[in-house]
Amino acid sequence: MHSSIGQVVIYVIPAMVLAWFGWLAWRDRRDPANAGRQGFVARNGWPVAGFLVIAVGFWTIFMIVLPLFSMIDLSFRPKLPPPQWGGPKDFYTLDNYRYFLFGSTTSTAAWNVTHLTAFALTILTSIAITALDFVICYPIAYYMAKVARPNRLRLMMLMLIAPYWVNEILRAFAFRILFSSQGIINNVLMASGLIDQPVDFLAADVALYAGLAYAYLLMMMFALYNALDTLDGNLIEAARDLGAPWWHIHAFIAIPHAKPGIASGSTLVFMLTAGSLAAPLVLGGPRSLWFTPIVYDRFYQAFNWQQGAAYALILLVACVVFVLGVLRLFKLGLAEIAR
Amino acid sequence: MSSRSVFSALMGVYILVFFAYLFGPLVVMGLTAFNTPAYPQVYPFEAFTLDWFATLFADADMMYGLRKSVLIGVLVVLVSVPVGLAGAMMMTQVHARARSFYYLVVVSPVLTPGVIIGISTVVFWRQTTQMTGLKFFYDGTVLTVLAQSSFISAYTMLIFLARLQRFDHTLEEAALDLGASRAQVFRNILIPFMMPAIGSASAIAFLSSFENYNTTTFAILADKTLVTVLAGRLRQGTTPALSALAVTIVAVTVCGAILYEYLKRREAREADRRALNASRAELADLNAVAQDAA
Amino acid sequence: MTSAVALDHVSIRFGSFTAVDDASLDIAPGEFFSFLGPSGCGKTTLLRTISGFVEPSEGVVRIDGKDMRGIGSNQRPTALIFQNLALFPMMSVAENIVYGLRVRGMGKSERMKVADRLLDLIALPGQGNKRIDELSGGQKQRVAIARALAVEPKVLLLDEPLSALDLKLRQHMRSELKEIQRRVGITFIYITHDQGEALTMSDRIAVMDRGVIQQIGDGRTLYNHPRTAFVASFVGETNILAGKVATAEGELAEVATAHGPLSGANARKLMSGSDAMLFIRPESLRLTAPGAGAIRGTIVGSAFEGHVTHVSLVAADGSKLTVSVNGEAARLVPEPGAEVGLVYRPEEAIILPSEGYAHA
Repeated sequence: MHSSIGQVVIYVIPAMVLAWFGWLAWRDRRDPANAGRQGFVARNGWPVAGFLVIAVGFWTIFMIVLPLFSMIDLSFRPKLPPPQWGGPKDFYTLDNYRYFLFGSTTSTAAWNVTHLTAFALTILTSIAITALDFVICYPIAYYMAKVARPNRLRLMMLMLIAPYWVNEILRAFAFRILFSSQGIINNVLMASGLIDQPVDFLAADVALYAGLAYAYLLMMMFALYNALDTLDGNLIEAARDLGAPWWHIHAFIAIPHAKPGIASGSTLVFMLTAGSLAAPLVLGGPRSLWFTPIVYDRFYQAFNWQQGAAYALILLVACVVFVLGVLRLFKLGLAEIAR
Repeated sequence: MSSRSVFSALMGVYILVFFAYLFGPLVVMGLTAFNTPAYPQVYPFEAFTLDWFATLFADADMMYGLRKSVLIGVLVVLVSVPVGLAGAMMMTQVHARARSFYYLVVVSPVLTPGVIIGISTVVFWRQTTQMTGLKFFYDGTVLTVLAQSSFISAYTMLIFLARLQRFDHTLEEAALDLGASRAQVFRNILIPFMMPAIGSASAIAFLSSFENYNTTTFAILADKTLVTVLAGRLRQGTTPALSALAVTIVAVTVCGAILYEYLKRREAREADRRALNASRAELADLNAVAQDAA
Repeated sequence: MTSAVALDHVSIRFGSFTAVDDASLDIAPGEFFSFLGPSGCGKTTLLRTISGFVEPSEGVVRIDGKDMRGIGSNQRPTALIFQNLALFPMMSVAENIVYGLRVRGMGKSERMKVADRLLDLIALPGQGNKRIDELSGGQKQRVAIARALAVEPKVLLLDEPLSALDLKLRQHMRSELKEIQRRVGITFIYITHDQGEALTMSDRIAVMDRGVIQQIGDGRTLYNHPRTAFVASFVGETNILAGKVATAEGELAEVATAHGPLSGANARKLMSGSDAMLFIRPESLRLTAPGAGAIRGTIVGSAFEGHVTHVSLVAADGSKLTVSVNGEAARLVPEPGAEVGLVYRPEEAIILPSEGYAHA
């Protein structure tokens, strides 16, 4: 299939969605049941109506939908020099995905071990880190929501947010200082005589995982806190009076109540971890494997944008699958977690 | 009862460990900014120095990046605050059947990894500018503003939605009834009502833009912001000047936070004073009526 | 003379729900006109139609003789005072008052002069710089009135504006409102579910029930000559006795009720055999010896209210009745448990069709 078809499709889909919106509005206007109600323009006045349509239209179409569609489109195209774009050789192909699997666009003899391992490791590590963040945050979030007095709560809130005023890269940098061969941890361990050679934490990915777990803790914390905050304290009291053991209260009352919070926290932490670029760049050892730097290199080292787009799409699909999986697992709708 | 006190003691220890994990790395980094060795270290602490701050401010690349970051941050605020407001106002007006679809589209940037937003923005505008010849758009600053605004507008929209839910629509009707046009209602009633949300949305938009790396590193093309310069430096090696930068950023944000808290308290005191006046006036009214009746 | 507001067969429907059904009336310039009815009777919808927030599904609204179709609320010579007042919290008291002039393009210094004059009118001189949340409920009320008057409307519409006030203040504000209306001399259209408010302030009242205007008239007419069962029961206290018209001759008719045949004024000229209700005001009933009156009952209690005492009775069929006894006669009311007879003058009782009556 020639790429010009895709170009048409990319623009036709948003146009059709807009037409659907317009049709719904038009049908409403003609419905005699709505005779007393005002239409969109009458309700807002044309200057404001114009502002709304232009702002939202530009945002959704030119900043959200079309860029995504173009990326998908590009990922199925062969690598060609710009003058040949849309030319006679520009046919859709699966080459870029084939390369991801087999490390070659032609042969399927061997697997592309480096990239596949990096991808699998990224996804599995992100899941593990998401779970770890939940375990770290849950007691604190529960304490803040149900135990802490208002003054202490305010202080804890402030102390939680404060570290996140420092930007992501500098936070990663702090872990690098901590874990480097001349860093404070090695210094302390050597001084105490536990080791006589500095441990290379960076190469062992310890620094990377510690930094990643740290990086998006706040998202999980606030999602859990907001969900637990709405839990009725009397319910816990009642359960305790009835002699329920402490783990029972958490397993059957608090955690089920916090489901939407767990889902939204997990979704955000997973997405941010799997997509993080700063921590792997700063904390990764020379042989560390993480997927986002590989994507970056497709663009700015290999200058193969088509392949980069394919790799980015693979990452995006993984994230979408994770979100859908979490929603399925917790039996929730999207609106309940995206707050 | 002892099992409960054991629990709370354990909890106390856990909270301490947790905050040590949260602050430890940053404190260590902060201290390295004031220690003399060229490699960032706290132990042994050799001598106190402010030289690393001087090194930082003399770094031409960093200062260029800083200016660029501020410029991009301001532009992102200018784009994402009006767009987010429009997005929030549109939410209640989209047809009920299309609303969840609309919601999905506008919050999807929040749930999309930043690298992908950066990549897709560059890909789309590279193609579009090649096809149309609009070279102006294929520029690091412009693309970064567009890419960042796509998800930052979703943040601001969520802030505006929360505020809009508390808006009393009879205020709009009252203004219309007094002869205001729709545009005047928007300017005189809705915007002043949204002002606190506009303030916090602007702050969040600027900060999110300023510290963004994942999206920016793709969209900035050959140009550079403070954060991309920083990332470049870290790839080459570490220096206490970077710690000095972190200390500076923290100092500036802490000042901002203190100022914000001060303004908020002053506003709360004002509101208390007005509420007191109102209850006094209420009492005076009741007394007057009682005297009339007597 | 052209009427200030005229409704010409106005119906308002939302989907399949009819909020207002075929309303027609004329309101004279300078009149204090009230719509009275229970909540959900359509009176607020009708007010919003006059002010232009709702377009009628059928019929025409005329203000000062001009057809208002297609004219938005910001183009109409009306001003509405909202139930929650809808004062602008983001503006000062003075800015609130002259907002209507600001959007009309009046200069700032001129506006401030008007604000000062209106602040004097509402007895809040020199308080223009205050914020809205510094005012008492009564002061907010007056600011809302001043804000509406500032645009010099031909018609002022008031949607239960006193409902948020303390009871004592509410009674005080009634006379203040009436006084303001007398001074500015424009038409007031007032919406309320409180018959006391409607009766004390209005020149004329339209009683509404379930979207239908039941009757239009001054307070005295509505009280003494109700045209429908709803009006008879909603305006003032009354005793209701249901039955069928037995005989109808001339002005009077006889209704067969659970108490036996009772006669009353046949106001709607009902034919014999039709379902009817007999309404007798508590002050029209007098206590007499058991067996002597038309109705028999047992006294269950009495409530002394100074100039009047309300005596409650239960009739033989279990229905409740109330009798008002004036002044000294109250001393002669028997103890609870006593059997009594009740008499009334048939021309003071009124017979109305029970059709369309659903309020117990």
